[in-house]
Amino acid sequence: MIEPCVSSAEPRFQLDYPINESDFLAAGESASKTKKALQQLGLKPEVVKNSAIIVYEAAMNIVIHATSGRLKVIIVRDEVVIRAEDTGPGIPDIELAMQEGYSTAPHEIREMGFGAGMGLANMKHCSDELIVESEPGVGTILEARIHLGQKESPREIR
Amino acid sequence: MSGYVHSVTLDREKCQGCTNCIKRCPVEAIRVHDGKAKIIEERCIDCGECIRCCQNHAKIAVTDTLERISEFDYTIALPAPSFFGQFREEKDINKILHAFLLLGFDEVFEVALAAEVVSYVVSQYLATNEYKRPLISSACPAILRLLQMRFPDLLKQVAPILTPMEVAARLAKEGAAQKTGIPYDRIGAFFISPCPAKVTEVRQPLQIKKSAVDAVIGASTVYRDLVKQLSKLKGQDIVLQRATSRGIGWGYLTGESRAIGTPSTLSTGGIQNAIDIFEEIERGELQDIDFLEVQACTGGCVGGPLNIKNVFVARVNLKNMVTKYKTKDPYFSEDQLRKFDEEDQFRSTEVVEPRPIMALDDDVSKALVKMERIDAIAATLPGLDCGACGAPNCHALAEDIIRGVAFDTDCVIKLRERVKTLAEEILDLARKLPQTMADQKGTGHGQEEDISSA
Repeated sequence: MIEPCVSSAEPRFQLDYPINESDFLAAGESASKTKKALQQLGLKPEVVKNSAIIVYEAAMNIVIHATSGRLKVIIVRDEVVIRAEDTGPGIPDIELAMQEGYSTAPHEIREMGFGAGMGLANMKHCSDELIVESEPGVGTILEARIHLGQKESPREIR
Repeated sequence: MSGYVHSVTLDREKCQGCTNCIKRCPVEAIRVHDGKAKIIEERCIDCGECIRCCQNHAKIAVTDTLERISEFDYTIALPAPSFFGQFREEKDINKILHAFLLLGFDEVFEVALAAEVVSYVVSQYLATNEYKRPLISSACPAILRLLQMRFPDLLKQVAPILTPMEVAARLAKEGAAQKTGIPYDRIGAFFISPCPAKVTEVRQPLQIKKSAVDAVIGASTVYRDLVKQLSKLKGQDIVLQRATSRGIGWGYLTGESRAIGTPSTLSTGGIQNAIDIFEEIERGELQDIDFLEVQACTGGCVGGPLNIKNVFVARVNLKNMVTKYKTKDPYFSEDQLRKFDEEDQFRSTEVVEPRPIMALDDDVSKALVKMERIDAIAATLPGLDCGACGAPNCHALAEDIIRGVAFDTDCVIKLRERVKTLAEEILDLARKLPQTMADQKGTGHGQEEDISSA
């Protein structure tokens, strides 16, 4: 399993959201809270946006597929790490699951407008690194990293 | 910050220091300190929500007055489309327009007419297909300010097209200058506004360098005088009314979308709805929508805080007028509209910049430390979100403490806890008697045993 590799000496900030099965509001709420926190940290709009998307998609995957899970957003000086852990069916073929449009979401989920098979692909698109580890019948751990890069010079506030 | 002037301000005399407004402000821009509400200038988006909810009428929108007419050689009133929804009995727009002349204006120009021009320009812009979906309406200034603060990434999706108010001022003043020979800068354009955000927009425009509007008068400021003039009206042989339902409908939600005529539109009103939808768009959703009509007020401009009538009553009133002027021929021909569009004169000239005022510190490491401390403080607060400390909720108080503008003892619950601890200590001390007396009263502290066991 993936070990968190962030040294504890640096200043860091962590958000922690429990996500339950079928709690469709959880994804939007955790994405919204993440966004607010990252904006308060003064991160670049693009980093904020991408982090919110990953949080939303990762949470939605737990809501749709798993029985329960946890989502952590860890911010250190140079990167945002989003870590989602769940207990659930797991992903038998990760490579296949990463393909756009591949989905195992049931009909009623698709009816609600979710489960289009874009989640993992979208997360990969929004992150600098994405690692997914899964054990069928046990659960999945997903870790996405976004590098903060050079901070924009603070804009003058009018 | 410096020079950022707002329309929404506080009447200190009337403010009772209650905490109603701090909880209703959608951007958490109000605090109650020293018994009075205080608007944090750089956070306020002039939505006017606090004007609506203040029972003491201590929140006011500073707008201009009719006295400013005397500053100009020639004046034009520009009533917003929503203004006509304020009339229940009077269904004839032409009469209302004539009443403006009796108030002292030389001319009256319906903003609804300019809205028809804007509708055309936006529809042509959508037809190019060269934009990121959905295109966000630029009409509501409070929404633009919300985007600057909270959704900087979406600013590039805002239609680079001027508002009907601005277009109306330009068309009206150019027309009057031509007709009368009076220099352009001696002509005053007075917007009759449903909202305070328009006042701020005119003073500090975002899409252009300088507004053509010279004064903004709140609908409620002019309403009574106008109704009086309405009853004095005699003949109105001259037809001043030129707008059709396409422009008049802009006064309520969905009117703008209908006027633009693109099949895939989404219309939403109210700040919370706007925030929800912007969050969806930021996540890359709603890309099947071509145009987003988005207003800070529920129901659109008829719901503006400076209006008189209830939003839904005003909507019905305005709908009646839309029906009435449905078959009217448009004032501007298709050729004229095309000319306006090709000349590009109603396009924005300035880029709307983000205003990242949410950040705790310019340095991410320092911001991280502050964030940790905020979280630690928030964990010790009761989570009641009662507002008695003057901040809208416990988390906001924690932020204020870190920003150095509040103390943890501002929290009444925390204060109570401290008083309790203190009281217990005092009681404890009071029970302690000098050793000489302790045994006698039977309230010794076990010193004897201690000594014997030592």
